[in-house]
Amino acid sequence: MTVRMDNRFAALKAEGRPALVTYFMGGDPDFDTSLGIMKALPGAGADIIELGMPFSDPMADGPVIQMAGQRALKAGQTLARTLDLAREFRKGDNETPVVMMGYYNPIYVYGVEKFLDDALAAGIDGLIIVDLPPEMDDELCIPALKKGINFIRLATPTTDDKRLPAVLKNTSGFVYYVSMTGITGSALPDPSLVSGAVNRIKGHTGLPVCVGFGVKTADHAKAIGAAADGVVVGTAIVAQIAGSLTKDGAAGPDTVASVATLVKGLATGVRAARLVAAE
Amino acid sequence: MNQTPKPNSFRSGPDEDGRFGIFGGRFVAETLMPLILDLQGEWEKAKNDPTFQQELAELGAHYIGRPSPLYFAERLTEHLGGARIYFKREELNHTGSHKINNCIGQILLAKRMGKTRIIAETGAGQHGVASATVAARFGFPCVVYMGATDVERQAPNVFRMKLLGAEVKPVTAGNGTLKDAMNEALRDWVTNVENTYYLIGTAAGPHPYPELVRDFQSVIGKEAREQILEAEGRLPDMVVAAVGGGSNAIGIFHPFLDDEGVQIVGVEAGGRGLQGVEHCASITAGSPGVLHGNRTYLLQDHDGQILEGHSVSAGLDYPGIGPEHSWLHDIGRAEYVPIMDQEALDAFQVLTRLEGIIPALEPSHALAEVIKRAPKMRKDQIILMNLSGRGDKDIFTVAKILGMDM
Repeated sequence: MTVRMDNRFAALKAEGRPALVTYFMGGDPDFDTSLGIMKALPGAGADIIELGMPFSDPMADGPVIQMAGQRALKAGQTLARTLDLAREFRKGDNETPVVMMGYYNPIYVYGVEKFLDDALAAGIDGLIIVDLPPEMDDELCIPALKKGINFIRLATPTTDDKRLPAVLKNTSGFVYYVSMTGITGSALPDPSLVSGAVNRIKGHTGLPVCVGFGVKTADHAKAIGAAADGVVVGTAIVAQIAGSLTKDGAAGPDTVASVATLVKGLATGVRAARLVAAE
Repeated sequence: MNQTPKPNSFRSGPDEDGRFGIFGGRFVAETLMPLILDLQGEWEKAKNDPTFQQELAELGAHYIGRPSPLYFAERLTEHLGGARIYFKREELNHTGSHKINNCIGQILLAKRMGKTRIIAETGAGQHGVASATVAARFGFPCVVYMGATDVERQAPNVFRMKLLGAEVKPVTAGNGTLKDAMNEALRDWVTNVENTYYLIGTAAGPHPYPELVRDFQSVIGKEAREQILEAEGRLPDMVVAAVGGGSNAIGIFHPFLDDEGVQIVGVEAGGRGLQGVEHCASITAGSPGVLHGNRTYLLQDHDGQILEGHSVSAGLDYPGIGPEHSWLHDIGRAEYVPIMDQEALDAFQVLTRLEGIIPALEPSHALAEVIKRAPKMRKDQIILMNLSGRGDKDIFTVAKILGMDM
């Protein structure tokens, strides 16, 4: 569904601040705990939720998210169970946009049409599929757009002006600018370079531009949020979850609460970023 | 899966999007897309550049030792009592396998593109050694990703790479085999995309790799085709090669694909048997999926999670296969069969004793299939097999299995 996403960005624009986009891995460390985390995110200040779909071979992810995926798979997470998470979450929240993020193969094996129908029914608003560049749009992007699910594309520092129009062509919801070349969890990029890149993308599209990769603290969120329509935080949240687990990888007593605390801090940063005007 | 009409030629693929039927493609992160398009452009230019082709041919002749001999295995033929068996002796190449053919080609491309750093993945270590070799020859720093399990079972090759000046990075993720090494190499590439050339060792990965690796390896089949015509005055009845990712196989198969009378047989690693997950028979026991930049047959579960295979041969220990093989299977031009660990080990010993050639465990799989088929064929029929690598690297593994003290 696309309306929740549009409404959310319209409301943020009225508020004059960037979105806080939070990523966590579905099923990490187990189904129930990750449902608890998901439910706690909006209250802690998350504006958009990225729901990670675990994959055995996450080629663009650093060790923190790789291990989260392995924990989830070990606990029995599947694509069907990740859709269950979204469905459960929607019972209590019909406002917060939920974007599923991961790799293509589990969706391909599940069946593209069936997946899109089930995702729509589960209240999914968008998809970010790391290994589907525009050259592969016929696979999932076009079918998703036809069903009314946003297909959010990644743009990177290697996406030059010649290529940007192709990347943006079938993008909807927002553009996810990956602020550096590298795997998830790498160091924070220079905020001044980020604002230049965001402006470059905005020269080609009216869509909101959210920036990720390397944001770990409220100060980072504030700095990046000054230049962008949204700040994506992933690895820091997943690392917080990992740090809260017991020795054998089970949920700790404060796993959900500690994530909420981290997100509250990030939300403060985002709210301090105060865009003068969204345009 | 069989919607693709039979083409007029089996050698015209891939299409401009890198597809062989439904297989192949470019399933990579956006960060890599511009580079992959650059590589494709550079490859198109190089292909038609006489200077490039000449440099490739000269290095082939004087550095690799091409053409590799075509050898009539007289005693093995006698022993089996059927078809005449010929080996294309890629194991005599510099560095001991067919891998060098591709590495020389790709390092010349890297040089043309102005890249300053080489990364590679390796399973058995043959591709790692070949990459480290060409990196030394052309003065590039080289990092080789290798699964920790493979580092252990292929110690001599690890030492060779280090001698050649490469940095070997053991990968502990997953089971520590070829697929995990490839994931890690892709992560390095995404991070260092500006200056780094990823020298992929097999005919898989995102377009244009399956095509360019095949083209560099096709020298095997082109030579073999001329050599067998000279030796026998006709084409072989059957061409057999082992398939992991499938670069040695596509290299010998491709020039024969349009020769209707030539039966094509690819041999997958059956490991400890196809019932469980302890094998690497992607086509025989897998299903289509998307991994490492291409759609192809994969070993995977019902949720699309990739399984860890098993093979006694590190070079075949990969849960996927090059996309062109998947296509050749689906359209029925090539046949793919499994050979078990034990059968390969038996074949390894047969060849060593009968012909005085110690083969690598990878072509030992192809050999085991030849040993099954030759006796059922007429004495005037001909089998051509790609003897893709020598077994020096495997003697420790084999000694351990045979219970011998080294």
